[in-house]
Amino acid sequence: MTTTPNPLRDPRDKRLPRVAGPSVLVLFGVTGDLSRKKLLPAIYDLANRGLLPPGFALVGFARRDWDHQDFRQIAYDSVKEHARTPFREDVWTHLAEGMHFVPGEFDDAGAFEALAMAVKELDASRGTGGNYAFYLSIPPKFFPQVVEQLQTSGLADRDNHTGGFRRVVIEKPFGHDLVSAKELNDTVHRVFPEESIFRIDHYLGKETVQNILALRFANTMFEPIWNRGFVDHVQITMAEDIGIGGRAGYYDGIGAARDVIQNHLLQLLALTAMEEPTSFSAEAVRAEKAKILSSVRVPDDLSLATAHGQYAAGWQGGVKVKGYLEEEGIPQDSRTETYAAIKLEIDNRRWAGVPFYLRTGKRLSRRVSEVALVFQQAPHLPFSHTDTEELGQNALVMRVQPDEGITVRFGSKVPGTSMEIRDVNMDFAYGESFTESSPEAYERLLLDVLIGDPPLFPRQEEVELSWKILDPIEEHWATQGKVDQYKSGGYGPASADELMARDGRAWRRL
Amino acid sequence: MNIDLTNTNTRRIQEALTQARHLMGGPAVGMVLTLIIVTDESAQYDAVRAATEAAREHPCRVLTVISRDARGSSSRLDAEIRMGETGPGETVLLRMYGPLAEHADSVVVPLLMPDTPVVTWWPGGKVPKSPSEDPLGALAQRRVTDAYAARDRLGTLARLAEAYRPGDTDFSWTRLTSWRSLLAAALDQDHDEVTGGEVAAEPDSPSAELLAAWLAVRLGVPVRRVVSDGPGITGVTLATTGGDIEVSRPDGRVATLARPGQPDRQVALLRRPMADLLAEELRRLDPDEVYQDAAKRFAKDLSSGQPTDGTAEREFGGSGGGKAADKEEKSEKQDDGDGKPAAKSSGSSRSTAAKKPAAKPKAGDK
Repeated sequence: MTTTPNPLRDPRDKRLPRVAGPSVLVLFGVTGDLSRKKLLPAIYDLANRGLLPPGFALVGFARRDWDHQDFRQIAYDSVKEHARTPFREDVWTHLAEGMHFVPGEFDDAGAFEALAMAVKELDASRGTGGNYAFYLSIPPKFFPQVVEQLQTSGLADRDNHTGGFRRVVIEKPFGHDLVSAKELNDTVHRVFPEESIFRIDHYLGKETVQNILALRFANTMFEPIWNRGFVDHVQITMAEDIGIGGRAGYYDGIGAARDVIQNHLLQLLALTAMEEPTSFSAEAVRAEKAKILSSVRVPDDLSLATAHGQYAAGWQGGVKVKGYLEEEGIPQDSRTETYAAIKLEIDNRRWAGVPFYLRTGKRLSRRVSEVALVFQQAPHLPFSHTDTEELGQNALVMRVQPDEGITVRFGSKVPGTSMEIRDVNMDFAYGESFTESSPEAYERLLLDVLIGDPPLFPRQEEVELSWKILDPIEEHWATQGKVDQYKSGGYGPASADELMARDGRAWRRL
Repeated sequence: MNIDLTNTNTRRIQEALTQARHLMGGPAVGMVLTLIIVTDESAQYDAVRAATEAAREHPCRVLTVISRDARGSSSRLDAEIRMGETGPGETVLLRMYGPLAEHADSVVVPLLMPDTPVVTWWPGGKVPKSPSEDPLGALAQRRVTDAYAARDRLGTLARLAEAYRPGDTDFSWTRLTSWRSLLAAALDQDHDEVTGGEVAAEPDSPSAELLAAWLAVRLGVPVRRVVSDGPGITGVTLATTGGDIEVSRPDGRVATLARPGQPDRQVALLRRPMADLLAEELRRLDPDEVYQDAAKRFAKDLSSGQPTDGTAEREFGGSGGGKAADKEEKSEKQDDGDGKPAAKSSGSSRSTAAKKPAAKPKAGDK
């Protein structure tokens, strides 16, 4: 056996994509929304792009009385409906041949033994090489059980003979506070070492999020102004136009801050604010992210620096919608927030005195995720006051979704004989976002899991640092009597606007 | 929107483009390159379609140069502008009549997007002798040809390889990416030492020749090129000390990967449409040195006296590779010169004797 580098791979040969090795992906929770809408289509898309190895198998595990055919049918439907690449019979046939289903409860040791048998059989019949990745697309309360079962059934043990890998993929939320995050981590760590744990934050798989690093560190024109000398403040937004939908059971008691700020928004903050990493290796990038997250300071008076609210009944996009408290499965006295806004400071030389405002909410006017750097006013304007009345602050906006791209806002003369200066927007959209060639975030991340490439996955340290930022805010909110109501289809609660107004600023309109 | 301009000039085309963009509310698309397509009336439809599809990934201005009736005495330029109907970017069809067709670059240059890369693509069989010296090729950072569309495919590929300049590339190489990816993935796994290889494909396939040449360059082992009924490439075998690693694709759709001691695995390996190939070419605009290596090797082995009709088996030598072919040629010549009785006794046995050394040069030497 040779262990020399593959002679067919050449760093100059950029056409050759990274292809995963032979492996089995075991999917827990195949009946869930995420599996049907994202994971199964992403697996098909990967196969269609030729990024899955010939020896690949997918095993579904759920509490359903299904056989392989039923599972394939579900997968077929979801691929047909949600896949981004065109449907090709050949690709599907070969992918489907490698799809298996094992029915069982998470507390049934026998089911896990059946699972172990099934993957061993796949090693023999599909040549999957003893490499297993376990995707836990299930509520976190089942993690301890499943992880333990994986251990007792021997599935989690590395195969010493073939040296096959064992990886486990977990989805957010990574706990609901620092203590539970540590507990969760300990549970998984008891069986899997840190380097085998892949925490999926699908935001980090998005092109634009990766583009933040390219924009900042591959160009010269942005970095010199990327600091307190020029930036007035930063707004990081993730707004949704939908309500909680059928996720009442998950959402109530968690809320917007835990659901979105702890992971997505703080990761965006880290990528926007961090220093240049020494390289783009996983270690170097994570080290810089950890540094910036540990420099984040939560303001002392949280009643002035945070706002939260619940959506009330109203009209959203021409449809009459229910309020949060009227949603099915939500208790009348629920104090879970569906909108959260917080102000954070970063204590370092680059950002001292530049507030970072983070906001997220459901049932707002529009679906938008963006990072906006709002620049200071020009120190002196050689124009008369009336000329520049309509001139705001320059801004650089990195749009994450839905319309991925970059917007620059600056002042421009209004055509005409008088000198009047007004804000204009300049847009850049690379166009990648609406082609099949741009992989969906889950595709990218699933491939990274199978290849074993960790840069896009947050490690435990980042998760814990994020909770350290959020915990005091959640504690503060827990002491508050009531949660503000805000109109569905609007821009969030008045208290969030007041939060900005106190600093003499305003939110960018969604 | 469609704008037709007959008997026009570049100034008017530019004005029409600007006006169209303003009328459409200035579509907010950052165009990343200019794509020049050099084609004729019969091939333009497919090429423009492929380019429009590729433009979804790479928003670009497509300038299609169609020369018509070059023998006419009066020059005329007709332009057709298409914008905003099929995707981002702009498409301009430039039809050139008379002597103007010889000076297409003078029309194209003012219409290039400023300060962005230029790619020139010859989709049809009209492959320039030396793409980098062609007036339209000289404008471009990337020059894409398609030897497969030419009449003399292997000869064309060899000529392109001889004239290679950084930035040249050919679709017969692009078509190989999924094959090469699969083979590279096969060798990502533990394997025994590779001692030789074989590429089976339809006769007269520039892609198969490049694949064999690439394997020979990278692996440093002799690689045989054998003829099958197609379609396209039907199989690649890598002989290792522990048995053969074999990828076979008899139907042009599904490939089977066989390795010693492991179950067969199947994977879809489709022949890709033109738009895919073009999109791949536009993704990387830096010189493709790996293509250069493979193409040069192919040209060298071809020029060392091997048959060019593509019907006979051919061998790509390993490291020090051309030598294997040289030797073989010598041995053949010796056959003729020495007038060995075995070679003269009958025509049929001679032809097999000539073929056999191609398969096993060492045996032939003895």
